[in-house]
Amino acid sequence: MPEVTEGWYLVLGALLFTIGAVGVVLRRNPLVMLMCVELMLNAVNLTFVTFSRMLGDVGGQAIVFFVLVVAAAEVVVGLGITVALLRRLPGATADDVSYLRG
Amino acid sequence: MVETVTFLVAALIILGGAVGVIASRNAVHAALSLVATLFGIAVLFVAQEAHLLAAVQVIVYTGAIVVLILFVIMLLGIDRIEDVHLERLGGQRALAAVLGIGLLAGAGLVGWTWLEAGTEDEPSRALTGMRGATDPLVEGESNIEQIGRVLFTDYVLAFELTAALLTIAVIGAVVLARRPGDVAALPVHPDGGAPEGSAAEEVAG
Repeated sequence: MPEVTEGWYLVLGALLFTIGAVGVVLRRNPLVMLMCVELMLNAVNLTFVTFSRMLGDVGGQAIVFFVLVVAAAEVVVGLGITVALLRRLPGATADDVSYLRG
Repeated sequence: MVETVTFLVAALIILGGAVGVIASRNAVHAALSLVATLFGIAVLFVAQEAHLLAAVQVIVYTGAIVVLILFVIMLLGIDRIEDVHLERLGGQRALAAVLGIGLLAGAGLVGWTWLEAGTEDEPSRALTGMRGATDPLVEGESNIEQIGRVLFTDYVLAFELTAALLTIAVIGAVVLARRPGDVAALPVHPDGGAPEGSAAEEVAG
């Protein structure tokens, strides 16, 4: 069985990022789009941790903390917007976000 | 050997969950698939000896963020089936295909460069440049101590800024979620559906 090198983790991260990016473009349910953004953020986190291990530098792991904080803030605001939209327009999709204008 | 098996199992869970997120027609199923993916990422964090981050990943992501998403799904009762075959935006599917192929090509390039230049003893530095010289992972010092040290020295400004960011996000969420009395609901279709011409009408109908 081949030994796992860091490149495998990087490729896995890239695949996960690809799936997330395709999901954001493809899906129209705002909640599922948020989940796909989470997938992309997690792919980047995995890449950061891998580079941290490769380069022997703990800074990569510290950056993941900030990514987590930004992800939490993004989800809070994104869900707030989603709730505000869906409360006024049940069954809304991402195409209907312009209804919130003004 | 152990790491190989761990990696393969976790990668399977991660990719399966990720495909589940974008392929599930029900939002609840997508959220549960997301849990699988996030858990697999936490396993890979442990495999790479980032133990603190693995714990934080499970607590913050699966414990807080996914639960928040599920709360919203349940609260609004929007766990309806989405018709993914309805294409509102012209060329949306084609754009997704182009984006996916492009990113996959990038991933393939990363893997190819890695295999090309690296050997067992001297792994490739083609993608990464030089070894970090600032904060080496010191042997014998725990993961938490190392991260805590850089957080409160090198990254202290960013650390302070995250406090401001979280405060702003909380205030924003409260403002967005409150139910103002003077905001009239949007005109609703007589049969209780969405306003005419909206995408929701077509999805629901």
